Amino acid sequence: MNKNKEQLLNKRYKAEKRFRLYGQSAIFMALLFLTIFIFKIFSTGYSAFQKTWLIVPVTFDTELMMLEQNPSKEDLKDADYYDIALKSMADLDPNANEDQENELKRMVSYFFEREIKRELLNDPSLIGKTKDVYLTASDDLDQVFKGNYPRDLPEDQRRVTDYQLKIFDQLVELGKVESKFNLSFFTYPDSREAELAGIASSFMGSIFSILVCLMIAFPVAVLAAIYLEEFAPKNRFTDFIEVNINNLAAVPSIVFGLLGLGILLAVFQLPRSTPLVGGITLSLMTLPTIIIACRASLKAVPPSIREAALAMGASKMQTTMHHTVPLSMPGTLSGTIIGLAQALGETAPLILIGMVAFVNTIPGSPLDPAASLPVQIYIWAESAERGFVEKVSACIMVLLGFLIIMNLFAQIIRHKFEKKWS
Amino acid sequence: MNLILFTFIVLLGFTSYYFGRRKAYTIQSTNKRLTALPQFYGYYLAIWCAIPAFIIFSLWAIFEPTIVKLLILSDYSNQGYLDDELNLIYEKTKALSRGQFTGEITPFIEASAEKYLSLRSIAQSSKAVIVLSIIIASVAYAYKKISSNSRTREPVEKFLKAVLFTASLAAILTTVGIVFSLIFQTIDFFKVIPLFDFVFGTHWYPAKAFVRDSSEALDPTMYSDTFGAVPIFAGTFFIAFIAMCVAIPIGLMSGIYLAEYASVKVRQYAKPLIEILAGIPTVVYGFFAALTVGPFLKEIGNSMGLDVSAESALAAGGVMGIMIIPFISSLSDDVITSVPQSLRDGSYAMGATKSETIKKVIFPAALPGIVGSILLGVSRAIGETMIVVMASGLAANLTLNPLESTSTITAQIVVILIGDQAFGDPKTQAAFALGMSLFLVTLCLNIVALRVVKKYREKYE
Repeated sequence: MNKNKEQLLNKRYKAEKRFRLYGQSAIFMALLFLTIFIFKIFSTGYSAFQKTWLIVPVTFDTELMMLEQNPSKEDLKDADYYDIALKSMADLDPNANEDQENELKRMVSYFFEREIKRELLNDPSLIGKTKDVYLTASDDLDQVFKGNYPRDLPEDQRRVTDYQLKIFDQLVELGKVESKFNLSFFTYPDSREAELAGIASSFMGSIFSILVCLMIAFPVAVLAAIYLEEFAPKNRFTDFIEVNINNLAAVPSIVFGLLGLGILLAVFQLPRSTPLVGGITLSLMTLPTIIIACRASLKAVPPSIREAALAMGASKMQTTMHHTVPLSMPGTLSGTIIGLAQALGETAPLILIGMVAFVNTIPGSPLDPAASLPVQIYIWAESAERGFVEKVSACIMVLLGFLIIMNLFAQIIRHKFEKKWS
Repeated sequence: MNLILFTFIVLLGFTSYYFGRRKAYTIQSTNKRLTALPQFYGYYLAIWCAIPAFIIFSLWAIFEPTIVKLLILSDYSNQGYLDDELNLIYEKTKALSRGQFTGEITPFIEASAEKYLSLRSIAQSSKAVIVLSIIIASVAYAYKKISSNSRTREPVEKFLKAVLFTASLAAILTTVGIVFSLIFQTIDFFKVIPLFDFVFGTHWYPAKAFVRDSSEALDPTMYSDTFGAVPIFAGTFFIAFIAMCVAIPIGLMSGIYLAEYASVKVRQYAKPLIEILAGIPTVVYGFFAALTVGPFLKEIGNSMGLDVSAESALAAGGVMGIMIIPFISSLSDDVITSVPQSLRDGSYAMGATKSETIKKVIFPAALPGIVGSILLGVSRAIGETMIVVMASGLAANLTLNPLESTSTITAQIVVILIGDQAFGDPKTQAAFALGMSLFLVTLCLNIVALRVVKKYREKYE
């Protein structure tokens, strides 16, 4: 009998231990996913911050450039750089036939002409002389240099030819290939060529969208929250508004995209693909988040503050505007920032209103067509070229960086400025 | 022009605030008692100055184009043009008046363009005159009120309250906007495609509707077997089911562990770390699923001799499950923590172990809240877009094999609407019909979930 009891007890203790273990492993799994996830993004993305350059001697031959003696600055701008660019690439292998010259040309980006031009405009005294110029390597060679490209594939299955690899290896041996910080990733707009694609256009698109979103959502949400928390009578209509807000917070984001498409674009005829429409759509999504945060922080202001103000003869409106609302601001602001961070990561609604269009200019206002960072991730992720994989990861790193900064900022505001009432 | 007028109204508003306040000081200096603080006199005057002007201004901006268009097209009214042709004429007229017209210029259009320009200039100047006279009239009225020292605080505060109230209508307006944007296209869609075919049809090939040329676009028979949404609905719920298979055990167990077992220190670090998972944008999950999880599963499957598609429902659903873990874990954590301590104490006093208490006392007590959190998670899974678009296929297969690719409502909406779309095309309308069904399903889930959670909270508060 006693033994039975002990067995039962042991069984119960074992069950207890097992249950605890389940809990621990659940947490462990969740954290493991997070780690794998971040590790994967970083390990594929860090190399995009480096860019491979070929150092090619260029002779600034006046004849090939169709220049006269002592050219002015204007002449230099209008000169023909294509021929000397082509020639300097072809000169890498003096024995090259015509096909091979073509392959040599494709070892660098199609910007090579512009890069040579910039070199000369910076230093006009180079005319007639020869100088080593840094040219952006093609994305495939870039990947070869970073070791991401399987060289052992049969030649017809890769985009780099054996001949290009041979020349490239010679250049590497001569120290004519260099890897430097990839500034153009931050300053160039999107491009079809991976080596020239940057996030400047989508970054500006994101900034404009978020600004439009902030300018619409913040005032409307704060005013609405003040009304609902401080003034609204308890009746069925205010209940209806509340139900609406709570539901909107859980409506799938793509439905807001349909709203943007069906109302903003089709009815109001606003321009497609612009951050203006994107920002309005996002603001409708962010509205409930900010309202809920603002109401919560208004609710946290103790009634004694209101009572004191009312006792001093302030009207209800004065009490609210002079005392309650300022005291609730830290909570409201941090809620707003978190809402904006969500909006910043949103993709689907922006795709529906046309912000996936290929944009290779940097937008200067919310009325210019643009993409946004998450949409850029989607566009690049759908591209087949190998060079885009690391770009996607790098773009994700930039986006996550912004989200982390915004969330930290929200935390700081909350902890530093929020009054603790006890 | 509009911008100048706008700035002008704003400036006048500020000036009248200043004059209103000064008037209050002069009244005060005659030893009369003010009825409100001086700034309310200013606010009163400024509101009267700017608000009527703005109302006229915006009404004008809304109605001016329509009226001008009517006036221009009245010249063509008896010549038997169709609506589309009239619209084209109007567009040409506008383009010509802006000097951007490139086609052949007919005398008719030229005459209309001149008329258009003169109408516009008349409209602009009369707008300025009307707005200014409204300002003068309303400011004069308000100034008289101030001078006779009548009440100013109450009207100002009433106005502010009205503004606050209007802002709170934004939520309702958004809901109405969603319903409106969906409903018309959906009704048009069901005029062409019978509701029965949509709900019970098992073939979904919207691309088929697109390649036909537009002359036969309204022949309903050609769309039979094109817009049967069963595979889409099945795929949506199937992927959501896979996601919940990952999210419920992990989310629930970590919620329970954090609430009942974890030390303060573990909780302090683990909880925010898990919540990071909820802050990662879904497009990032989509990329992760497509780049890492999909190929990984394919490799494992191939090594076991299974035929796994690189874009499988399992990859999309699994990654979606990871995304939903934090929703379930933090909601159920909250729910469990709010179970009163007395229930625990009672159970411990009877000699129950911690896990027995959790399983037999706390879990049943917290069940409504946990169900609510799971329903919210399901609604998220159904509405999730980017993961499915990037990691699961876009072809709508009717299958229950998690290793094959399936498609969902959201993914189909994106596929149909990406790029240019023509309103009035059944394919575009199909996307809105799908959006409508998505909205209704998630709405029901949300209402039930929120109600359950609310009921539960009330029980213990």
